[in-house]
Amino acid sequence: MIYLADFSVLRPEYGLLLWSTIIFILFWVIMGRYAFKPIKDALKKREGDIQDALDEAKNARQEMSDLKAQNEQILAEAREERSKILKEAKEMKDSMIKEAKEKAKDEAQKIVTNAKNEIENQKQAALIDLKNQSGMMALEIAEKIIKKQLSGDSEQEKFANSLIDDIKLN
Amino acid sequence: MRKLSLSFLCIICISVFAFSQAHQDDHGHDDHAEQTGHTDDHGHGNECGYVEADVFNPQKVAFHHISDQNIYSIGPFSFPLPCILKSDTGLDMFSSGKFKADYHGTGEYAYNDYVLFEGSVRRIVKADEFPDGLVELGKYKLYVREIEMDNGKKKDIVHLCYKGEEWLCDSKSYADAGFLGGGTTSFYDFSITKNVMTMILVFLFLGWALIGTANAYKKREGMAPKGMQGFMESIFVFIQDEVAKPFLGPKWEKYISLLMALFFFILGLNLFGQIPFLGGSNVTGNISFTLIIAVIAFLVTNISGNKHYWEHVAWMPGIPAPLKIFIITPVEIMGLFIKPLTLMLRLFGNIAAGHMVIIIFVGLIFIFGQNGANPVAGWGTAVGSTILTLFMMAIELLVAFIQAFVFTILTASYIGTAIEDHHHEEAH
Repeated sequence: MIYLADFSVLRPEYGLLLWSTIIFILFWVIMGRYAFKPIKDALKKREGDIQDALDEAKNARQEMSDLKAQNEQILAEAREERSKILKEAKEMKDSMIKEAKEKAKDEAQKIVTNAKNEIENQKQAALIDLKNQSGMMALEIAEKIIKKQLSGDSEQEKFANSLIDDIKLN
Repeated sequence: MRKLSLSFLCIICISVFAFSQAHQDDHGHDDHAEQTGHTDDHGHGNECGYVEADVFNPQKVAFHHISDQNIYSIGPFSFPLPCILKSDTGLDMFSSGKFKADYHGTGEYAYNDYVLFEGSVRRIVKADEFPDGLVELGKYKLYVREIEMDNGKKKDIVHLCYKGEEWLCDSKSYADAGFLGGGTTSFYDFSITKNVMTMILVFLFLGWALIGTANAYKKREGMAPKGMQGFMESIFVFIQDEVAKPFLGPKWEKYISLLMALFFFILGLNLFGQIPFLGGSNVTGNISFTLIIAVIAFLVTNISGNKHYWEHVAWMPGIPAPLKIFIITPVEIMGLFIKPLTLMLRLFGNIAAGHMVIIIFVGLIFIFGQNGANPVAGWGTAVGSTILTLFMMAIELLVAFIQAFVFTILTASYIGTAIEDHHHEEAH
């Protein structure tokens, strides 16, 4: 005996066909309008936003690295400049020292030369003076000697003769 | 966790057996009633000479479980639903509560020539002779008897025993044009049935969840998704990225609403039908519902079909003419209809089978327990059945998702082939 009379799972029912159509189409339209489309748009927008943010971050990173490179370049240039300046300063210092040294040397040389000249001059002067003085003294001595020796005529004559001999010898 | 699952198993076990006990008690009570009543020792009966065999019939229970009904019964409670019935005498709208359905969904009253048998409304054939309005029938007055039709075939017909007379009852009209034993009868049933009620409930729940999700994007703009929004979004993105975009190509946005509506509605109905102790509505396992969504998929596919699509159907390029006329074109044209037909049958078959398997596992308790005569075997089977039922329910949970996904992905692929811009390859 079959209890559930003439039931067949394969038979479409009018009522359910009607209500399924109405409810499904309503679901499709209402959810499409108020849920699926807004969700889809929101997701799409968010996807765009995320892409934009990523792009922006990438750009910022690029900029940062550019800036960094630039900074580094500037730094390197500054460093180079500094070393150049230092080098120049050192060179200048060296040259200045060298110049000063040379100058000092020259000066010293000059002073020495001057001193030598002076000494020579003084020496000459002293010699001349000495010569003069010794001449004078010799003259005085000679005078005195002569005065003493030439007290007689013979002696004068003798002397005169010796003088003449000297001259001849010369 | 293990303790929790063990105690859950125990609860299920006890409830399954309690259900079986309730059934046995019901029968026991009836037996008692019969002794004081009018029939013999076995089963229920009435004065028209009908005796119901008191044997558990798993086929009946299974079909009853998956069929649509005019009442919504949850366990021993049955909630009335609005009846909208159209017959040659006019439109009748009333609550199915008027029938005063018993535990099996059979009404104890008739209203305006309509009666309720096993949860579905039927109409007395000789409606002119039957009194109109509310008529008390009593218990066990509606039953099935095999009748020989005019064409010699035998058919089960519902009978009403009223005041010692037998009245034949028509079932509602079916849209099968009589091929499957249905056809047009004396009335049409456009009621808000259990399945329609389920669809409305699922519609409302999904509406709340999905519109809430959509609003969350406005309210929480620029913030990460949270709670239900995050859950819904993951499903939405999955269907959008795995189904819509690969199959529909650049025109996917035009069809996203249909695909999402199909997926969410089928999934919602599949899952709703699996919530235990909530009536086990079987909407997606009902051919009427799957027929409608398959027809919608068919219409959308063929309305959006472009020149290339129709060219491929009618006159496939690169194939000799005789081959086209005799094989390819007929097959292609058949294919147009077979595609939605398979969509319809696949979803229906999977979900209906799932519902039936679970009720049959529960039914095993009564079969082995011999309807209460062998309680030891009944208890033993209850334990085994519970484990098997839990296992099947876990699988059905998977099936609910898979079938919703399969229906959506196949619809998308059918639409995809219809709107595809063909870059002609030589090898066809």
